[in-house]
Amino acid sequence: MATASDSKLIKGATGDWEIVVGMEIHAQVASRSKLFSGASTGFGAEPNSQVSFVDAAMPGMLPVINEFCVAQAVRTGLGLKAQINHRSVFDRKNYFYPDLPQGYQISQFKHPIVGEGEVLVDVTPERQIRVGIERLHLEQDAGKSTHDQSPNQSFVDLNRSGVALMEIVSRPDIRSADEAKAYVGKLRTILRYLGTCDGDMEKGSLRADVNVSVRRPGEPLGTRCEIKNVNSIRFIGQAVDTEARRQIGILEDGGVIQQETRLFDPGRGETRSMRSKEEAHDYRYFPDPDLLPLEFDQAYVDALAADLPELPDAKKARFVADYGLSPYDATVLVAERDLAAFYERAVAVGEGRDPKLVANWVTGDIAAYANAVGLPVHATEITPEQVAGLVDLIVDGTISGKIAKDVLALMVGEERGAAPRDIVERHGLRQVTDTGAIEAAVDAIMAANPDKVAQVQAKPTMLGWFVGQAMKATGGKANPQAVNAVLKGKLGI
Amino acid sequence: MSIDQATVRRVAQLARITLAEGEVAHLQGEINAILSFVAELDGVDVTGVEPMTSVLPMRLKRRADAVTDGGIAPLIVANATASEDHLFAVPKVIE
Amino acid sequence: MSDLTSLTLAEARDAVRSKRLSSRELTEAHLAAMAAARPLNAFITETPDRALAMADRADARVARGEAGPLEGLPLGIKDLYCTEGVQTTAGSRILEGFVPPYESTVSSQLWRDGAVMLGKLNLDEFAMGSSNETSYFGPAVSPWRKPGSNAGLVPGGSSGGSAAAVAARLCLAATATDTGGSIRQPAAFTGTVGIKPTYGRCSRWGVVAFASSLDQAGPITRTVRDAAIMLGSMAGHDPKDSTSVDIAVPDYEAAVGASVAGKVIGIPREYRIDGMPAEIDALWAEGIAWLKAAGARVVDIALPHTKYALPAYYIVAPAEASSNLARYDGVRYGLRVPGRDIAEMYGNTRAAGFGAEVRRRIMIGTYVLSAGYYDAYYLKAQKIRTLVRRDFETAFADGVDAILTPATPSAAFGLGEKGGDDPIAMYLNDAFTVTVNMAGLPGLSVPAGLSADKLPLGLQLIGRPFEEETLFALAEVIARSAPAIDLPSAWWSATAPAAHR
Ligand SMILES: [Mg+2]
Ligand SMILES: [Zn+2]
Repeated sequence: MATASDSKLIKGATGDWEIVVGMEIHAQVASRSKLFSGASTGFGAEPNSQVSFVDAAMPGMLPVINEFCVAQAVRTGLGLKAQINHRSVFDRKNYFYPDLPQGYQISQFKHPIVGEGEVLVDVTPERQIRVGIERLHLEQDAGKSTHDQSPNQSFVDLNRSGVALMEIVSRPDIRSADEAKAYVGKLRTILRYLGTCDGDMEKGSLRADVNVSVRRPGEPLGTRCEIKNVNSIRFIGQAVDTEARRQIGILEDGGVIQQETRLFDPGRGETRSMRSKEEAHDYRYFPDPDLLPLEFDQAYVDALAADLPELPDAKKARFVADYGLSPYDATVLVAERDLAAFYERAVAVGEGRDPKLVANWVTGDIAAYANAVGLPVHATEITPEQVAGLVDLIVDGTISGKIAKDVLALMVGEERGAAPRDIVERHGLRQVTDTGAIEAAVDAIMAANPDKVAQVQAKPTMLGWFVGQAMKATGGKANPQAVNAVLKGKLGI
Repeated sequence: MSIDQATVRRVAQLARITLAEGEVAHLQGEINAILSFVAELDGVDVTGVEPMTSVLPMRLKRRADAVTDGGIAPLIVANATASEDHLFAVPKVIE
Repeated sequence: MSDLTSLTLAEARDAVRSKRLSSRELTEAHLAAMAAARPLNAFITETPDRALAMADRADARVARGEAGPLEGLPLGIKDLYCTEGVQTTAGSRILEGFVPPYESTVSSQLWRDGAVMLGKLNLDEFAMGSSNETSYFGPAVSPWRKPGSNAGLVPGGSSGGSAAAVAARLCLAATATDTGGSIRQPAAFTGTVGIKPTYGRCSRWGVVAFASSLDQAGPITRTVRDAAIMLGSMAGHDPKDSTSVDIAVPDYEAAVGASVAGKVIGIPREYRIDGMPAEIDALWAEGIAWLKAAGARVVDIALPHTKYALPAYYIVAPAEASSNLARYDGVRYGLRVPGRDIAEMYGNTRAAGFGAEVRRRIMIGTYVLSAGYYDAYYLKAQKIRTLVRRDFETAFADGVDAILTPATPSAAFGLGEKGGDDPIAMYLNDAFTVTVNMAGLPGLSVPAGLSADKLPLGLQLIGRPFEEETLFALAEVIARSAPAIDLPSAWWSATAPAAHR
């Protein structure tokens, strides 16, 4: 476990600075309907078409809680190894804003559904940090105001109003932009494993409020600024760095940091103050009298716990232990639940497969292909069975690794859906291991290039040239080990 | 406890009620009368007493996660002073 | 005015069901009475066309033999209940012209059972008041007058329109709501019966919220039986209200006339307050005597936290109201007063849209919830609620079946007599009724006699949670024992033509 290392400190004009980051992540619960109404949560619908009278806060409307959202909050809490509170209370957070129809947000203030937990974050394959979770609570999302459609009007769409959010509050345990990015990435992975949030940052299913402060190493915490609603992992990193540099600039010029809410502008690469959020808030929290305290027993929690999937940390440990993978490969493979499942399926099809070789292919050429077509690996046309077949062909010497790349190309091209072994047969890609044919080719090359034969005696690195020629002569199908052996024998090196 | 006029103004701002200047002193008097009326509670010992959080001892009702509502945009905006294309229109908000 | 309007709800029900009377005749008689009674200002909105259409449909159902429990019976609806397609104002300018696209659960149950809507009844703005004088649409006026006096009296509040209309025979019965006494106090002032059922007994869905943890729907009627019939239709579980209770609705009407022999009635000494008029005390003593004569046993009980209920109420109710009324911001419905920017629009809209009493309560509520004051005010008041409820629980645990108290500290007062710059004088009206809301219990007000000024006085019965039947049985004993209370002649009707000329 790494502690604060020098590499994370920022060099200022007057010495080193340490960044301190805490985050509030708003994760949309993957529910069909809203937290307190039966309107849909679907993305991208026509204005106000997914709004009930409850969501529009019409007079006399009342909230009734979605039991699925409660269960997902508990499951997420279990995934964060957190304290589950058997009694929690919904409070009203009172403030006026046009996209907040009730004039208050139903949230949980004093008694959240989930208490303290932690997340193990891989900053690099070699370096892990623990980020403490302070709490997780359920709350309503607000609607959406657009301000750029008209010179003197804003427009309000309440489709998001009342959508269930889990606000996950971290401790200020993060010390760099990279750690901040890795934390959000890991949290997103856990949420997606649990299926409690789809983690789609582009659609706003996962948003981060990033609290940044700086201090001299060893000093107490500095004044923080909150950067609201950062909506990509890359921007989170940029926002942390940009804001830290802004604060260091002010402090080194003898200024003081004003605690405030800021907005990250990725286009300009800067954070700026949000005037509308400037006024002093007094949210007047009090328990929502339309709802009773939310209570459940340990049996309810136990049933949800029993049904929890294997989570990324456990899966990674198992991959390292059972498959002999490097921590790096294991980390890459467990980043997405579907990818890990794809990998395990490929390993498990048939018998005696080399799990490391499967991992190399899945995280290498197959991942590269998936990336090129903009799909996750499991969603491409490549099946785990095909990967298993391909690896088997390499292991039993039917094809070389190089030819395997050609087979892969055919698998996603004209031979879509075909078994790798059939592709190899149909295209005559079987590796030439017949020494006779290789010897004939080598003899011909040596006869045609006596000068090179002379040179290679003094300069053994020339051997590569002979290998290349031999492979070319056999249409790339010669077994490279066999070519090497024949050449070494005939050239006497 | 009694409140001053600055507090009256601050509370009115929190409550989004524009006060005419003449109203402030008047409201201050009324609010202070009510505050002194409720000051009777000062003498009550509530140590160890739980606040009432639910009027009835019952389990919080839960509903199933099903889409049962929505699809009524015209009704949602029907009573609005200003709307366009089923969006509510308000004076421009500066962020 | 026709005799048809003097029928009780039960009598009219039986007449319609047995086809001795059509709903149309009954409805027309009430519409005529309403038209003649406009000086009472009991209705904010009259819906005669809808009423007649509903009446005709009711008559058709009766003809088919499909009569519901309230088939064809014309009712008034407090304008706090949202009614689909009919303006619902809550007595406030901020909701003037608001037409809900939905129907409150309670009113929809009345229509389910065949009732006919005559219109929407006047009330104090957002149900905040005890005289109906805070209504943006002008005060409702009591049909009662002191003999020999032309001075207008308040019908009580906030359900003043409901009480006035029922007392003046403009409707057979009315819906009302009670947050601190808003059913029982106007019932007592107008010689009518009003019951606030146990919190959670009636759905709050579609009823404009004042203070969510205190609000409860209930009826105002002319007889105990009628109240039982109305509550039978209004009550019931609603999955749309998280605080609505899933307990079967008993046959309340069957309780009317049931024996009360052996019932234990608690008399709380704390309700004998300083300066209480002797006639109220005498009325109370009479009530005790009537219940004893019917075989009930009367015991003295202590409810030591009674005097703290009213000040605690004036923290809890405004606090919840300040939040409940935040939705009236001019964006989605209701009044909008323009401003240079959104903040000014909010401030202007809410300043113009809310009347003085509502603004005052929003201010108080905002203040007691604000940073640094929450613990001292709201939290403490909620703890005092626990103590108030504990007092009742102790009494019930000791075997008390119901508690008898006066309903109000006085008879009805004159229009413009109270309130004004001294809100506390008006608040004291709720001293006897508010404890019931704070504890979530059922409470019923039944007419029991007349004051020296010949104005109605009521007694209040407080029951165990969900034991409304006990209250109906006891109230019927009081109603049968009490002297007849006759409404003065219809002075309002005589002036009606003049007003129209
Ligand atoms: Mg936050
Ligand atoms: Zn939040």
